[in-house]
Amino acid sequence: MSTLSDPPKQSFRLSMLIYDTRYRSATIQVVAMIGFLILVGWVISNTVQNLTDLGKEPSFSFLSEPAGYDINQRLLDYDNQDSHMRAALIGLLNTLLVAFLGCITATVLGVIIGVLRLSSNWLVARLMTVYVEMFRNVPVLLWIVFIMAIMIETLPAPSAFRGDNSDAAMHVMDSVALTNRGVYVPEPLFHNSLGNVSVFGDAAVRFDISLDLIAFLIVLGGSLFVSTKIRQWADAKQESTGLRPTIWHIRAAVVLLPSVLLLLVLGFHLGYPELKGFNFQGGTHMRNSLIALWLALSLYTAAFIAEIVRSGILAISQGQTEAAAALGLRPKRIMNLVILPQALRVIIPPLISNYLNLTKNSSLAIAVGYMDLTGTLMGITMNQTGRELETVMLGMLVYLTISLLISSFMNWYNNRVKLVER
Amino acid sequence: MNNSVFFGALTVAGLAAGAAAAGTLDDVKARDQLNCGVSTGLVGFSAPNANGEWEGFDIAVCRAVAAAVLGDPNKVEYVPTTGKTRFTALASGEIDMLARNTTWTFSRDVDLKFEFAGVNYYDGQGFMIPKELGVSSAKELDFATVCIQTGTTTELNLADFFRANNITYEPVPIETNAEARQQYLANACDVYTTDASGLAATRATFDDPGNHVILPEIISKEPLGPLVRHGDNEWGDVVRWTLNALVGAEELGITSANLAEKAAGTENPEINRLLGTEGNLGEMLGLDADWAQNALSAGGNYGEIFAKNIGEDTPVGLARGLNAQWTDGGLLYAPPFR
Repeated sequence: MSTLSDPPKQSFRLSMLIYDTRYRSATIQVVAMIGFLILVGWVISNTVQNLTDLGKEPSFSFLSEPAGYDINQRLLDYDNQDSHMRAALIGLLNTLLVAFLGCITATVLGVIIGVLRLSSNWLVARLMTVYVEMFRNVPVLLWIVFIMAIMIETLPAPSAFRGDNSDAAMHVMDSVALTNRGVYVPEPLFHNSLGNVSVFGDAAVRFDISLDLIAFLIVLGGSLFVSTKIRQWADAKQESTGLRPTIWHIRAAVVLLPSVLLLLVLGFHLGYPELKGFNFQGGTHMRNSLIALWLALSLYTAAFIAEIVRSGILAISQGQTEAAAALGLRPKRIMNLVILPQALRVIIPPLISNYLNLTKNSSLAIAVGYMDLTGTLMGITMNQTGRELETVMLGMLVYLTISLLISSFMNWYNNRVKLVER
Repeated sequence: MNNSVFFGALTVAGLAAGAAAAGTLDDVKARDQLNCGVSTGLVGFSAPNANGEWEGFDIAVCRAVAAAVLGDPNKVEYVPTTGKTRFTALASGEIDMLARNTTWTFSRDVDLKFEFAGVNYYDGQGFMIPKELGVSSAKELDFATVCIQTGTTTELNLADFFRANNITYEPVPIETNAEARQQYLANACDVYTTDASGLAATRATFDDPGNHVILPEIISKEPLGPLVRHGDNEWGDVVRWTLNALVGAEELGITSANLAEKAAGTENPEINRLLGTEGNLGEMLGLDADWAQNALSAGGNYGEIFAKNIGEDTPVGLARGLNAQWTDGGLLYAPPFR
């Protein structure tokens, strides 16, 4: 006969929190957490108390007061009677604009330079090395200021374009003016414009949507869709019969004709910049602050991206290149079809942090007077309202949000391109 | 990580706010040095000379306060500030006083929690433009590109002026006077706008000052003066009455030439009270009896400081205008010393 004895009943004693290894680590974490929260609470209450003693209770009501200052580059309508909130939004859009332009340009430049640095052509490879070392070893602020100074000092002032025997001339059939106040290019205009739709009425985040643009995008999207369908039809035909019908002219016509027709109906024409009074008027004005910031950020970040691309390519074993060559592929196709797709999974993660760096570096904009978020919210608004803590906190929050959004988008992309393992 | 940065910033702000609450006069005495916020460089007002020593009209106020408090006009640490950083520097306690052609406005006094000690220069915002453009009035500036220092009252005045006259402009925001000068001379902006005194000072540094005109419109009142933090009235009094001593001395005829003679005692009881041979004004301020003598020996009275740094015989070449004594038709009026 066997007896089953119950396992000894364990009663929980308080001392076990320290002496029992099962609980000890949890105890330490809880205590540390409480200590951290107390510290945080103390810092916050101390700050609020001290600011209150100074007579500056933290408050965000200043955001709805009229800003009172003008901003030169506005992607949305804004005048100096709009609120500080609106001014901050205009600044935010300027930040996003330069970050977006910069990321695209830096990627294109970086990929080209990174690939060329591995070129078997000695001169090209060395030149690219010089580029990379030159740009990534000088602080980006100096590049921004340097490019701005070059633009201001070497390009002609608008007044140099005046008169019949002017010192300076416009480029590209008299449509583009390069001045030391920026570049003026023609702008698209419509005789029979469909007008705009206003969204959000009078709120600080209001904006207009151009119906012309919407119509154009719809038509373009539709024709691209039809074009894809034609290609799929041709693919199916090729698979069933072995003969591929010639479709490029049909596809070109499907994509181009509806768009051109729409532009004709809307009365599309270009508005050229013209020298009137002090400045060029008409056309689109790309200010030299935008160009300097955009160029400097792109060239600087491109140097880093080039190195990332190079490392990604070098990470693919030489055997892959040789195997592809053995199949009879030419070097250019080996790069495009074999090496780059595999290299991308090495390239993407560090590329994300370079996009984030570029976006955050754009806050150096004030050095050239580009009115980004730092220039409006954390610059003039802070100065005119004296709300240092609130504006800087808001600014940090916005940059954090932008960075997290970029990072999550890039992570999504990374998951898409990464090697599927079976 | 982002959290810790955020709380780090809060801590710094909290500590700075805590430091600001202590008595500034005692701090300055204990430190044996005055931290004075000045501009990053505006000839005539505050700029380092060839020897690297700061000099100018605003610098003279710092020197007078240092002399009154510490007995030595050279015990000053000059902290260059931009239009944007100056208020943060003062509010955080990094500097004890700000003497940086700063306009006295309601919101700065009341909302930003500062205390203006008085006015050392009555100014107004003007426009400077190359002569060759042939502009004679600011109302002709429609569509002009205007260089402007960011973070100043001029920004708001400019917006108001153009709105009131229903004309438009393209602002080019700039951090310092030196950058504005560069952009203006390269013709990257048509017009430079700031306080008229600042325009004259900047023009004095050009190779061809004669080819630039300052337009007749003065579009704002810009009373410039030294300021201190709100809530420390003893320190505010010291700065205020040092400035008044400089102004009052000119009215009473005390100059650096006859200071020693007057300090020995005069017939005029107000001079005696000011210079400390009668009464106990210095003691009331928490300073030595000869505080005003020290302040005046630093650079002379208001008129002498004006003439030496920005007067008509200097390259800046400003007339006294509104900044004459009230007895000469100006606005300078020191309250009585009694």
